[in-house]
Amino acid sequence: MTTPSTLRSRSSRLLGTVLCAAVASVVGLVGCAATPSADSGEVTLDYWLWESLQVPGYQKCAAGFEAENPGINVRVTQYGWADYWQKLTAGLVAGAGPDVFADHLTKYPEFVSRGVLLPLNTLEATKDFDGSVFQDGLADLWVGQDGQQYGMPKDFDTIAMFYNNDVLEEAGMTAADLDNLQWNPEDGGTFEKVIARLSIDTNGVRGDEDGFDPANVATYGLASGGSGDTNGQTQWAWLAAATGWEFTNAPVWGDHYNYDDPRFQASIAWLFGLVDKGFMPSFESVGTAPDPVQQLGSGSAAISPNGSWTISSYGRLEGVDLGIAKIPSGPIGHPVSMYNGLGDSISAQTDHPEEAAELVQYLGSDACQIVIGKEGVVFPARPAGTAAATAAFEAKGFDVSPFTDLVADKYTVLFPVTTNGAEILSIMKPVMDGIYIGSQDVSSLTTVNTKINDLFTTNP
Amino acid sequence: MAIITAQPAQHGTGSPRTIARKKRPDDTRLAVLLILPATLGLVTFYFWPLLRGIWLSFTSWDLLSAAQFVGGENYVRMVQDPVFWNAIGVTLHFVVLNIGVQTVVALMIAVLMQRLTGSILVRSLILAPYLVSNVVAALVFFWILDFQLGIGNQVLHWLGLDRVGFFTSETWAIPTAALVNVWRHMGYTALLIFAGLQAIPAGLYEAARVDGAGEGRMFRSITLPLLRPILGLVLIISVIGSFQVFDTVSVTTGGGPVNATRVLQVYIYENAFAQFDFGYASALSVAMLAILMIVTFIQYRITRAGQTDLN
Repeated sequence: MTTPSTLRSRSSRLLGTVLCAAVASVVGLVGCAATPSADSGEVTLDYWLWESLQVPGYQKCAAGFEAENPGINVRVTQYGWADYWQKLTAGLVAGAGPDVFADHLTKYPEFVSRGVLLPLNTLEATKDFDGSVFQDGLADLWVGQDGQQYGMPKDFDTIAMFYNNDVLEEAGMTAADLDNLQWNPEDGGTFEKVIARLSIDTNGVRGDEDGFDPANVATYGLASGGSGDTNGQTQWAWLAAATGWEFTNAPVWGDHYNYDDPRFQASIAWLFGLVDKGFMPSFESVGTAPDPVQQLGSGSAAISPNGSWTISSYGRLEGVDLGIAKIPSGPIGHPVSMYNGLGDSISAQTDHPEEAAELVQYLGSDACQIVIGKEGVVFPARPAGTAAATAAFEAKGFDVSPFTDLVADKYTVLFPVTTNGAEILSIMKPVMDGIYIGSQDVSSLTTVNTKINDLFTTNP
Repeated sequence: MAIITAQPAQHGTGSPRTIARKKRPDDTRLAVLLILPATLGLVTFYFWPLLRGIWLSFTSWDLLSAAQFVGGENYVRMVQDPVFWNAIGVTLHFVVLNIGVQTVVALMIAVLMQRLTGSILVRSLILAPYLVSNVVAALVFFWILDFQLGIGNQVLHWLGLDRVGFFTSETWAIPTAALVNVWRHMGYTALLIFAGLQAIPAGLYEAARVDGAGEGRMFRSITLPLLRPILGLVLIISVIGSFQVFDTVSVTTGGGPVNATRVLQVYIYENAFAQFDFGYASALSVAMLAILMIVTFIQYRITRAGQTDLN
């Protein structure tokens, strides 16, 4: 088929290619990505996001942007949460990542420290970035330690409790019984009484009645969202923060965590103590990927605390007469929700930084955020977008004020933005799982806290 | 090479020159050429990454910025890292359960295949689990054994037994993962052992039978001793594979609950791809290489896998 001589020459060419690839891998694969031809006059920007429910909205935004900016095309790509960050990292390493991408507070500090993001304020279209046009505090979350703006606020989320009106009725309760619930880490307050009432064992005995069997429960009062890792966004942040506890020593870029605080540890002990009482499913039964939406949908849990980004997932549950209640007040006298905001960031590797900035500016404008709001999936960061979303949810029959009132009342605590996010997760997660399982005591969080804070002295 | 010299013919008709082999063309160049692609592959995909991995274990590298030489820092950290030692313990637990059960079951299957049936269909069926990808096998068992919805737990429930958190309890997660791997690999291992059985002369069994030996006696006195080199080889290969367990754990428990299934490979992966600490991950990988080399060496010596008792 092939004569030795051509085989040989092919081999030497192959050797050259292989050596070249090997050398390139040492150097770091710089310049290996195919560069788009510049002479076509058309620029194509890649935009990535992880939330599949938001794809239709962003496709409309992309179309709106393309109409305003002839010559720039936007390609919207979606990957699921776990794949998203691996794809993104691989893309950045290979120089083949997106130009603009949806970014998360747990991830962007590391991107900043590795120099893979462009500050918005250094680019023409976004140089006059004004954070005051967004809901309070959202823009600050994306200001790096160097004072530069690394993300355009996109949407925000808070926490509330989903429930099934039919289940309340069977328990002899109404939606009004879930208003103004009180909670404290000692006896759980009126919140625990409601959870107990809504728990039913396999013999039909309720959690607040004599003879309730906590080992054989058919419906748990409270759904499980797992151990909550480092931030407990939907699981325990709203409990611990309502005691006055704060994650770190500063709203953003703190360098000292407070997981050793007795108020925090008491809150965690109360929550996971519900397992033994038969009011919340055990770790063993829900595993490493619990689904509070399905727990409500299947009737295995009565109250399901979750984030505003899940409203439409709950809305799609069949046979559930959905209601949304505000999270309970804590010892500080009012409820406190975690307030998390997503942003759009620009990759430092983009071949078209100025065009990317124009896209980001558009994504952060009323024009796009009202479009996103009308989709009724998330609360956009601009007040006009939030209003559009609230109206869209109302049209679907959901009163979302339990989510939005918290922002209006400023009963919120910011998502903890610090460096060392991945290391903190690896230290904290196994211990939180152990506490949920019951094999570790909440006091082990004091050791965990020391380890975490040591990270900031060795790697500030 | 050509050492046949022309001998004067003493008698006879044929000329010795035509009988003598012709001088063969030197095929060294062709040989080199033919092994070159494989060698290139070996160098590019094995030796080079190996050397680079060892080099990276002495650096701090996050993929996106340049690697910085840090000396033995990663190794010092490793020795002081309780999660690393836990990972070694968890991995050993997995290997012992996996290989222990797998080898016994595979040996039984192989002997049954040889002594009981010659059916190609049965042999193919036994190999079938091996044709399923690890990830698929693990996920199927993950669903079967789900605490709430899995048919496995439903069966336990119907039998009046308590449900078991196969993948969600710290006690059961490793045994469950080990047995999933046994299920997938036993057919393949049985096939390797079966090949070894074929090499045992049938005459030995006939002689033993004439002497009145039963199946059990023949298994102990003929099959097992003569199978030793193959069994040794199978053990070495399967132990190496077992030590490198990753996919079964990654798609089911992800290393949890707590650290119950955080095997070495999962810990390496987390350090590399979750924390971008490629230096430390490389040091862990070098440690794994060293462990495997030692384990393989010991196995090789103990089983005398390189020698046979047949001659």
